[in-house]
Amino acid sequence: MSPAPPAAALEVSGLSHSFGARQALRDVGFRIAPGDFTALLGLNGAGKTTLFALVTRLYHSRQGRVTVFGHDIRRQPSAALAAMGVVFQQSTLDLDLTVRQNLAYHASLHGIAGSRARTRIEEELERVGLADRRDARVRQLSGGQRRRVELARALVHDPALLLLDEPTVGLDIESRRFLIEHVRHLCRQRGLAVLWATHLIDEADDTAKVIVLHQGQVLDQGPVPEVNVRAGVTTLRATFDTLTGQRQEGGGR
Amino acid sequence: MTPVQYLRCLGGIVKREALRWTQQRGRFLSALVRPLVWLAIFAAGFHFVLGVSIIPPYDTYIPYEVYIAPGLLAMIQLFNGMQSSLSMVYDREMGSMKTLLVSPFPRWFLLTAKLLASVVVSVVQAYIFLGIAWFWEIEPPPLGYLTVLPALILSGLMLGALGLVLSSFIRQLENFAGVMNFVIFPMFFASSALYPLWRVKESSLTLYWICQANPFSHAVELIRFALYGQADPLAAGVVAGCTLLFMIMAVWGYDPGRGLLARRGGGD
Repeated sequence: MSPAPPAAALEVSGLSHSFGARQALRDVGFRIAPGDFTALLGLNGAGKTTLFALVTRLYHSRQGRVTVFGHDIRRQPSAALAAMGVVFQQSTLDLDLTVRQNLAYHASLHGIAGSRARTRIEEELERVGLADRRDARVRQLSGGQRRRVELARALVHDPALLLLDEPTVGLDIESRRFLIEHVRHLCRQRGLAVLWATHLIDEADDTAKVIVLHQGQVLDQGPVPEVNVRAGVTTLRATFDTLTGQRQEGGGR
Repeated sequence: MTPVQYLRCLGGIVKREALRWTQQRGRFLSALVRPLVWLAIFAAGFHFVLGVSIIPPYDTYIPYEVYIAPGLLAMIQLFNGMQSSLSMVYDREMGSMKTLLVSPFPRWFLLTAKLLASVVVSVVQAYIFLGIAWFWEIEPPPLGYLTVLPALILSGLMLGALGLVLSSFIRQLENFAGVMNFVIFPMFFASSALYPLWRVKESSLTLYWICQANPFSHAVELIRFALYGQADPLAAGVVAGCTLLFMIMAVWGYDPGRGLLARRGGGD
């Protein structure tokens, strides 16, 4: 019996999954500690979305284990899900409902209602600078604003782990910058653990941790400078290209 | 999770369903207009063709409009059930289903809450229809408006649960047109909604038994008898049994270890 290590915010081990003959994930394992900003880097089709679906219990895998703050997603799904906030790749807001109605619905899905819900909704909307749009219908908001609403929504129940699947796709530079800075600020200030899936390499700077996922497998992971050293190059882009065997210059993504 | 939190979750899901219903004007209006079109045009046309003899629960000769009113109530609920399953398929394609499923509440509870939410909406629709139908001289006994409530709830549950089952097995939105052709129309037409089954029996015994086996017929009869303050135990039993069966199938269909989501996954 070894003493239990402090529970990671998110721990994935030996996770594999296939859809019919196509193997989407192969023996994936990693660990995210509170306060970590971890970029899950992979091209489209690398298995990021499948990984998200398994971690958020949309469905189960046959092999492997996912735990959130020590709670197994299969055996203690309620405790695991209560601790996580999720921003999915596609927008999942009700367009005909107002910003506040959307957030209130989400709060109720976590058993929060009444004045507590109202307070939390105000706080999070304030934080993303959309408090004055609280009664606007989502349909009237821009893409960047909708993303901010989704971020606020994912944080309404005060999760300690935040998962974002390609959150910046389709956003302009300004909205993208706001989103990244906001989330990184939350990591530092609240000790929020973040898994940020992206195919945009520049979204992980040198202070971030990175998991390189390619064709369903983790090729390397760790703090960005360490991963670069192991790959024998100086930039994350070069590391990514080296690891995935793509050496073409200036792919722009 | 405490019981109070369960209630809050249920309340939130019902509220969202109600808001979506009232704020999507097209859906709101068509839900109200559809049965009225049947009543004002279809029933008026058949008024002169079909005579309905005295059959329980009616104790006198009745005009055709009065005969089909319970069938139209059930139709409102059928459409509503399919509508909510359509929105589930849509939600799943659009991703908002995920928002529901990552809630820490058990999945069977989330699905049941979703079902109850759609029943609340369908019962309100049914009463609005009854209110307007009064002007077509569809005037059940005053107490009938009360006794029909449990029938509407039960049949709403059954048809909503059927919608859930379909939504868990339909892969894509495009397949939903098939649901119209293969579920809504056959269920509606092969039932006692538009014509009394004794008449069907006179023309085709096979069709008669198909109608008898159709749970929708039993929903219609349950509502018909309840509207006139009478109970139809067979219909109630069939509807309750089907509700349970459909619900079990829906929970199975949405089980994270089985069902459609796991087999096919989300688009990657």
